[in-house]
Amino acid sequence: MILILILYLVLALALFLIPKKLSKGIPFPLAFMQLVFFVFFISQLSLVETEKARIISIEWIPYLGLNLEFTLDGLSMIFVLLITFIGFLVFIYAQVYMKSYAGTTRFYFYLLLFSGSMLGLVLSTNFIQLFIFWELTSVLSFLLISFFNEKEKARKAAFQSLFVTGFGGLCLFVAVLLIGSIVDSYMFSDWLDKAHVIKSDPRYLPALIFVLIGIFTKSAQFPFHFWLPWAMQAPTPVSAYLHSATMVKAGVFLLARLYPVLGGTIEWDYIVTFIGALTMLVGSYLSITQVDFKLVLAYTTISALGILTMLFGIDTKLSVKAALVFLFVHAFYKAALFMLAGYISKQTGTRLIPKLGGLMKFTPWGFVIALISLLSMAGIPPMLGFIGKELIYEAKFDSPWMSSILIFLGVTSNVFMVAVSFLLLSKVFLGQSKTSIKSHNTKYKLLLFSPGILAFLSLGLGIFPDMLTPIIEPALNVIHSGNFQIKLKLWHGFNQILLLSMITALLGLLLFIILNRYKSVIKVWNRINSQIFSISFTNVFFKGLDRFISFSGKNTRLIQHGYNRYYIITIILYTSLLLILQLYLTRGWEIGLTFNLKPFYISGLAVVIAMSVFFSVFSKNIIFTISAMAVTGYGISLIYLYYSAVDLAITQIIVETLMVVMFVLVLQGLPKFASLSSRMAKIRDGVISLVFGTIMTIVTLKAITVDFNTSISGYFVDYSYLKAYGKNVVNVILVDFRALDTLGEITVLSIAALGVYSLLNKRK
Amino acid sequence: MEILLSALTGLLYAGGVFLILRRSILKFIIGIIFLSNATNLLVFLSAGIVHGKPAFLDGVESDSGKLADPLPQALVLTAIVIGFGIVIFTLALKYKFFITTSTNDLDQLKNTDV
Repeated sequence: MILILILYLVLALALFLIPKKLSKGIPFPLAFMQLVFFVFFISQLSLVETEKARIISIEWIPYLGLNLEFTLDGLSMIFVLLITFIGFLVFIYAQVYMKSYAGTTRFYFYLLLFSGSMLGLVLSTNFIQLFIFWELTSVLSFLLISFFNEKEKARKAAFQSLFVTGFGGLCLFVAVLLIGSIVDSYMFSDWLDKAHVIKSDPRYLPALIFVLIGIFTKSAQFPFHFWLPWAMQAPTPVSAYLHSATMVKAGVFLLARLYPVLGGTIEWDYIVTFIGALTMLVGSYLSITQVDFKLVLAYTTISALGILTMLFGIDTKLSVKAALVFLFVHAFYKAALFMLAGYISKQTGTRLIPKLGGLMKFTPWGFVIALISLLSMAGIPPMLGFIGKELIYEAKFDSPWMSSILIFLGVTSNVFMVAVSFLLLSKVFLGQSKTSIKSHNTKYKLLLFSPGILAFLSLGLGIFPDMLTPIIEPALNVIHSGNFQIKLKLWHGFNQILLLSMITALLGLLLFIILNRYKSVIKVWNRINSQIFSISFTNVFFKGLDRFISFSGKNTRLIQHGYNRYYIITIILYTSLLLILQLYLTRGWEIGLTFNLKPFYISGLAVVIAMSVFFSVFSKNIIFTISAMAVTGYGISLIYLYYSAVDLAITQIIVETLMVVMFVLVLQGLPKFASLSSRMAKIRDGVISLVFGTIMTIVTLKAITVDFNTSISGYFVDYSYLKAYGKNVVNVILVDFRALDTLGEITVLSIAALGVYSLLNKRK
Repeated sequence: MEILLSALTGLLYAGGVFLILRRSILKFIIGIIFLSNATNLLVFLSAGIVHGKPAFLDGVESDSGKLADPLPQALVLTAIVIGFGIVIFTLALKYKFFITTSTNDLDQLKNTDV
C-alpha cells in the first residue's frame, strides 16, 4: 500500500526526466499503472471482507505518539477503487484530449500527484496525516484549475477554489486538534473507542461545526458551493476526475469516516441533513437555466453532493447504503458526461448548448453514451441510477424525522434532474444541427473510449446490481459497525417507492416539454432567478477580497509610510511614555543626592560640553558642527579620566580622533548642510528631544542610586591578579575573563572595516 | 556632581534625538554619535563615580571596596569601540549613497529604485 503511494510520488517526479520527444506518450503507461493498482485492490476485496481491515503503521514522531497509519478497510476500499479506476480512464482520455496543449508534462505531474494524495487521503487513519493529504489535494486542485494560466478567469477560479477549500482545510485542522485534545490521540482507532467521551465533551459542538465547515467547503455544499462551477475552467479531464468523481467526494468520505465518531447526535443529524437537502435543491434548480454544457454538469454535481451529504445526515442503515450506491451511480454517469462534453467541444469548438444540436447524426456512439448516462442521471430503469434513486427514496421514507419534507424536497430536485437530462439530450443531440462539425476528426474517436466504458457500467451494473454488493457491504459494516447482508435489485416490485419514481419521471417529462415548447418560460425563469439570486456568491467573494486588500493596503501605508524620522518619533515617544510609566509605578520621585558643583573644573567642563552640544546642533556650518562634536567627545573623555576610568579616556580620545579624521576625509566629497526642515518641524522636534532628554536625566539619576550586584565586580577585582596575572582589572576583564566577547567585538569591527573598504573602493 | 552630570547626559540625549530627526543624513550620523556618547555616560554614571581610584592592583592583596567598579568600565569600553564601528560604517554608506544618488535628503531614501 505504502509502496504504491511512494511509487506515485517517484513516478510523478520522474516525469520531468522524460525527454520532450517521448512526452506525448506519457499517459498510456500511467493509465496502465492505475489499472494494475485497481486490479491489485480488487484482489484485496476478499481480505477486507474477512479481515475487516489491514493496517500498516510506521513510526513517525514516536515521542509524540504519532505514527503514520494507513488502513485499507471497506470504506477506503470503495474510494480507492473509484480513484484508481476513474484515474485509469481519465489518463487514457487525457492522452488524446491534452495532446494539442503545451506543458503536458506539468499537467500529468499534477494529475499523478493528485491521484497519489487522494489515495493517501482515503487510506489515512491518522488525522494529522489525513489533513496533510487533504491540503495537498486542495493545492493540486488549484494548480490544475489554473492550468490554462494565461486566462484570467482560470486564475481567478483557481484562486477562489483554493481560498474556499483552504479555509475549510484550516477549519478541519482546528477540529482535528480539538478532538485530539479531548482523546489525546490522533488515531482513528482511539477516536472510535472514545466516541462517547467525545460526544459528551463540551468541545464536541465546536469541533463538529469546524469539521463540517471543512467537509462542506471541500464537497461544495451550500453556501460554499460557488467555487465548483468556476472550477470548470480546468481542462475537462480535471473536471471529470477531481471535480466530479474524486476530490469533491473527499468531504463525503470524511463524513463517512467520522460518522461512527461524531455522528448520531441531534446536532449532526440536523445540520448535515438540512445543508445537504438545501444543496441538493439549489444545485438542481440552478442547473436548468445554464447554457454551458459543463456548467450544467457542475450544478448537477453540486446537487448530487448534496444528496450524498443529506443521506449521511438522515443517519439510518438504509440511507448509508443508498449513499454508497449513489456514490458509484454518480461517479459513473457524471464522469462519462464530462468526458463527453469535452469530446463535443473538441469536435464542434463550443460548449454552449444553444449553439449545439443534431449531433446524433455525427456521433452515433456519443449519442448512445449520452443517452445511457443521462437516463442514469434521470433515474430511469434499467440504469444504475434508477437503483440509486429508489434506494434514496426508500431511505427518505425510512427517515426517522422530517420524512415527508425530505421526500418533497427530493422529488422536486429529481424532477429538475429529469428535466435537465432530457433537455441536454434533445438540445445537443436531437433537432437541427446548428454547427458543422469541423472536420469530423477521427483522431478524437479515442475520446469516446473512457465514457463508453463508464456508460457500459451504468447500464451493466443496473441490470446486474449484485456485482456491487461485495464492495458496498464491507463499507457499510465499517460505517455502521456490524455485520449486514445487503441485496441490490433492479426490480423492487410495485410499491409506493416505484409510484414516487413514476411521478417524478412524469413531472420531469412535463417540465421538459413545457421548457422545450415555450422558450419564453426559460426567459421568465432566468429573470426570476436573477431577482432571487441577485447576490452572486462569487461577486461577493471577490468584492470582499478587494475590500480586504484595499483596507490592509491603507493600513500598511499609514504605518509603513517610509519616512525615517516619523518612525523614530514614534519609537522615541513610546519609549518616553513607557519610561515615565515605569518610573511612576515602581520608583518615587525623590533622589538621594545633593547638588554641588565641586570640583569646579569638572563643573566648568560640563558647561563647556553643554555649550558645544548646543553649538553642534544649531550650527549651519558643517566644519563647526564636527569640531563641536569633537569637543563634546574629548570633554567626556576628560570626565572619564577624572573619575578613575583611564582606559575609557584613552579609548575615547583615540576613537574621537579617528572619527574626526574620517569625517574630514568624507566631507571632501560632500556638499554643505542642506536646510531641509521647516520651522514648525524644528520646533516639534525640539520639544520631543527636550522631553526625551528630561526623562533620560531622571533615569540617569535613578540609575545612580540603584544598587548593582557588586559580587561580580568583586570577583574580577579579587582574581584579576591571582588568576590572570594582570594588574589593570578593566583590561583583564576584556582580554581574559571576557575574551570571547572581545573576539566578537573585533569581528564586528573587522566586518565594518570590510564594509567601509568595499564602499569606498573606487573600482566598480 | 552627579546631578550636573546627569543633566549633561540628558542634554546629550536631547541633542542626539534632535539631530537624528533631521532630514540631512550627515546630521543624522552626528546624532548617532551623541546618542552613543550619552548612553556610555549613563552606564558609566550608574555604577557610581569614584575620583582618583582606578581599578589598578599593586600586588597580591586587593581591596576591592575602595576601587572604582571595573565592570561598567569594561562594558563602556566595548560600547565605545562598537559605536565607533557603526559610525564609520554609516559614514561610508552615506558617502557612497551621495555619490550614487547625489542627494543629502533622508526622505529620498523612501524608494528602493534609483
